[in-house]
Amino acid sequence: MHRDRLNRSGKFRKIRHVIQICSAVFFNGYIAGLRNGRIFTGKTKLFCVPVLNCYSCPAALGACPIGSLQAVLGTAGGRFPFYVLGILMLFGVILGRAVCGLLCPFGLLQDLLSRIPVRKVSVPGKADCLLRYVKYVILTLFVILLPAFFTDGTGGSVPWFCKFICPAGTLEGGIPLLILNPDLRSLAGPLFMWKMLLLAVTVTGAIFIRRFFCRYLCPLGAFYSLFSKFSLIRMKADRASCIECGKCSEVCPMSIDPVQQINGTECILCGRCGDACPSSAISYDLPVLTESSRK
Amino acid sequence: MNDMGKRSEKKVVLLRVFFLILGAVFTAIGILGEEYTIVLNKAVRICLECIGIG
Repeated sequence: MHRDRLNRSGKFRKIRHVIQICSAVFFNGYIAGLRNGRIFTGKTKLFCVPVLNCYSCPAALGACPIGSLQAVLGTAGGRFPFYVLGILMLFGVILGRAVCGLLCPFGLLQDLLSRIPVRKVSVPGKADCLLRYVKYVILTLFVILLPAFFTDGTGGSVPWFCKFICPAGTLEGGIPLLILNPDLRSLAGPLFMWKMLLLAVTVTGAIFIRRFFCRYLCPLGAFYSLFSKFSLIRMKADRASCIECGKCSEVCPMSIDPVQQINGTECILCGRCGDACPSSAISYDLPVLTESSRK
Repeated sequence: MNDMGKRSEKKVVLLRVFFLILGAVFTAIGILGEEYTIVLNKAVRICLECIGIG
């Protein structure tokens, strides 16, 4: 009953925005870093945050799980990343891709960019389907295999994804640190230009294609998608109540059909479909709110 | 809920519990092996690769 009211009034839209902003501030709360150009060095950086948030961002309070995964895999001698993988699994089982839809600051940025009033591009079905696999290739190749097996003279390896791809690192770490540190600015060369180019592509992509990076490129989203079928936070679609108006598909930032692909790997559990549904057929399926648990 | 629905729901719960336990065990092994020091050491220094100048 309460859930239905929440959906019809679109109240969850406001709650989602509050959660997204609070989460971005919570993970990037070291304001002093933005003044002095130094990164936070406190003990909270022991912990991996659930989102793609560069630990070289001057405001970051925690460690990026994707960067940490590469750091452990790339250690001289090689190590199995129990700690990082364990934390990621716990986040995956408890939150699933709600991390992408509700907590990720880079997701919030893409949501804001998608509000720029330009005609959105619809990627043709087959190309869209193929491109969605790119994030799994990036996860396997750049985050796991290359850092684990492509070692240098010291026996260690570089964080391949961070070094050659991650636009979040360029935006959250690279740009503010280079603005605040003239010494670092003098070191910027072709690699920085390459990363700026990738950031520009990502930003442009997000303006024309909603959640462009989440949809096609994010290795963390790819990892969490493995838990979509059984994560604790899920969505529920009541097909009997569905009037097939298609409003849920229209508002879906991942361009999926929420009724057909409910709790699928591409659903980021943002709840927009529930907001848009005129018959309240789609809602969150939280264990504490299910009918059986209420009895 | 029919039998198939019940079986599927049971599978979901089992997978959830399995990965919760596996995640907790992995985290514990990582903590015992002091893997967090690698994470901390990486996170408290400016990662030149991450920002595009390494």
